Amino acid sequence: MNSAARNKEDVIVMMKQYSAFILLALMLLLNLFITPNFFRMGTLWNIISQTCTIILTGMGMTMVISTGGIDISVGAVMALGGVISGMMLDKIGLIPAILLAIAVCCLSGALAGFMIGKLKVQAMVVTLALLMGIRGVAQLMNDGKIFYIEGELAESYKLLGSAKIAGVVPVQLIPIVISVAVTWFILEKTILGRHIQAVGDNPRSSMLAGINTAKTLMFVYVYSAAFAAIAGVFASAKIGAADGNSLGLLAELDAIAAVAVGGTSMSGGRAKVFGTVVGALIMQLINITVNMNNITYEYAQIFKAIIIVFAVYLQREKAS
Amino acid sequence: MGRELLLEMKGIVKNFPGVRALQGVNFSVAKGEVHALMGENGAGKSTLIKTLTGIYQKDEGTIIFDGREINPKTAIEAQKEGISTIYQELNLVPFQTVYENMYLGREPLNKFGKVDRKKMIQDTEKVLGDLGIHVDVTAPLLTYGTAVQQMVAIGRAISINAKLVIMDESTSSLDTKEVQVLFDVIRKLKAKGIAVIFISHRLDEIFEICEHVTILKDGRLSGEVSIEEIDQLKLISYMIGREAKKLERTKGEYELQDAPELARMENIEQGMRLNGIGIDIKKGEVLGLAGLLGSGRTELAKVLFGATQPDKGEVIWMNEPVHFKSPKNSIEKGIGFCTEDRKVEGIIPHLSVKENITIALLPQISKFGVVSKKKQNEIVNEYIKRLKIKTPSPNQMIRNLSGGNQQKVLLARWICMNPKLIIMDEPTRGIDVGAKAEIETLIQELASNGISVLMISSELAELERNCDRVIVMREGKNLGELRGLDINQNAIMETIAAAAGELEKEGGLNE
Repeated sequence: MNSAARNKEDVIVMMKQYSAFILLALMLLLNLFITPNFFRMGTLWNIISQTCTIILTGMGMTMVISTGGIDISVGAVMALGGVISGMMLDKIGLIPAILLAIAVCCLSGALAGFMIGKLKVQAMVVTLALLMGIRGVAQLMNDGKIFYIEGELAESYKLLGSAKIAGVVPVQLIPIVISVAVTWFILEKTILGRHIQAVGDNPRSSMLAGINTAKTLMFVYVYSAAFAAIAGVFASAKIGAADGNSLGLLAELDAIAAVAVGGTSMSGGRAKVFGTVVGALIMQLINITVNMNNITYEYAQIFKAIIIVFAVYLQREKAS
Repeated sequence: MGRELLLEMKGIVKNFPGVRALQGVNFSVAKGEVHALMGENGAGKSTLIKTLTGIYQKDEGTIIFDGREINPKTAIEAQKEGISTIYQELNLVPFQTVYENMYLGREPLNKFGKVDRKKMIQDTEKVLGDLGIHVDVTAPLLTYGTAVQQMVAIGRAISINAKLVIMDESTSSLDTKEVQVLFDVIRKLKAKGIAVIFISHRLDEIFEICEHVTILKDGRLSGEVSIEEIDQLKLISYMIGREAKKLERTKGEYELQDAPELARMENIEQGMRLNGIGIDIKKGEVLGLAGLLGSGRTELAKVLFGATQPDKGEVIWMNEPVHFKSPKNSIEKGIGFCTEDRKVEGIIPHLSVKENITIALLPQISKFGVVSKKKQNEIVNEYIKRLKIKTPSPNQMIRNLSGGNQQKVLLARWICMNPKLIIMDEPTRGIDVGAKAEIETLIQELASNGISVLMISSELAELERNCDRVIVMREGKNLGELRGLDINQNAIMETIAAAAGELEKEGGLNE
């Protein structure tokens, strides 16, 4: 009886740890039964090309949330990144345009990091201000109009949205793999990664252990902004236009949801990189399931809401 | 037996994933009795209390309280049965007034259905008055010190008709005078027929206030006796299960007159707390800082470590003036700081024992910012063995360890840095006798290897046993020092007391 009780607790611990993976498996199983033609390669490629921006912004968000913060400016930063790279394309060339977009967005991240890390302003407020400010800047850059990507380099830029590796695999797989690998490496292998989780877990102890908390916070917000910029580039390339008004709109919510469903602690301290990836996949899978079954999209949002609450409920920590 | 039982816990078993925390414990408390619950850290005291107060659910066993079986599922259920707990960290709301805290969650309503503040104020004054506490109950709770806050918590327990009050390490943050006030209150509770479970690591207190004592060890009952039948040595042996040697001073005369100076602080001033104090530490010296709560010991240590900045004054490190802007600077110079409040300023709770040990060392075991797993594991295993840290695995989250083992992890964090100076603020607070002896041995070992230790302790006996030299502080000033065999508890207390008059004459007390 005793070992049974212990087994039960162990199972609960396991469930918690892998809840995101279990949810993903359940969703796939559900689709096996209800969605005709679900298990084709085409569906997988679809998912990959569509989750790209959620995963990119989700990686930055995973870092930020591990420090106990939040970055709700990522959607606006995406717009800024997309608009800058799209508009500068013909003026300075493909690669320089993308690099410039990333650099400018990093400035926004640095500003957030400085305010939060050095001046100790609350992350929610700082990034909320940036959300509004940066979105405004992105819109002003083309006088509030949509910028259609045209000209000599437009085709190669649009390839970032439509190219297929070996004719089948969407190009978006490359930024996905790179962003996940880099984020995982930093969090698991480097001093910085440990500092990030330590600062999120107990900032006071971390400071007294000699960690420069301001610098650590600065890094995560710059990191988040950089990946948001890249997400903006890929998103605008896919559409072939950069709209300061709608590009990346509400992307911050998808990113936060992916992180939450993935099991990263919202109060900081424990980062789950692959959890975020799975969280992003689950979010996208809901869209696709609804879509392929001809259910109106509004239901997808309700399903997402249920999944988020359920996942966070599963992972909640018992009061100790 | 002659004891009329109020509480009887029988065969209590509690399992956590991978750990059997309680293995069939019996525990009983009589009506109106002050009962000590003792045991090393990790012996199962808190777990036992938490199964009683509904925070944990027991896996097996029965609890009979006031004549009938109870099974509290939440703290509120336990409270309704008449069991109240006064925690070490009080769960009151500091910004609300004393009387609001007293009635938190059960505010009385007047006939208009509004909160009846008048009644709350009057009743609070009466309850606290009965305990001999006279304060302005309309002031926010945070205006008062820990002692008064505890009295409010106790008053709260009384006003909800508690039959049993549990005090978990209630005295650990009180000074001697405040402890006496608390004891008076306990005696009043006893007179009202309210039983008290008293948990403390200070043996003297147990003998002063308790009538009965139950000792746990490794999740089992180790002993249950009336206090008259036991002495300190016996009690210790129940707790650590071996014949305890009474801890004694291992050092003789002061021998460090000619040792080189490691650090010196001069004319340090900071707000109200530090008033032009200066100290010096020699290489390989164990220097004690003695003084009452609020004498500025911790504040001085934090200035030395660079955690706070002084308003005035100089720090000289190895004969060079230095300015530590943050702990990062001082750590680089070879200083480590084991803080008093492990939970808030020490551990990084959700990280593993391994990461907690190496968090400050990382730059030294990394290349291009990438941590060498191999070096990290070597060091961690070495220190777990050397300091006898009890953990199922280096990957265990540190929050799951007992207090004593957490403290050892924090000591390991600094010792593995090869420091020149370790500051230890209350290194044995909230730690059981066994671990305490180990930590004291470690301090001597460090000193004999040429590492200086700056030791802050409220336990004068601890300073007497371990220090080469003790500086006595009061009101942020250096009152004088005691060396070698001159260090003893009476001398320290006399120094503090003698200074009272002097400081007053200077008008220094109120500055």
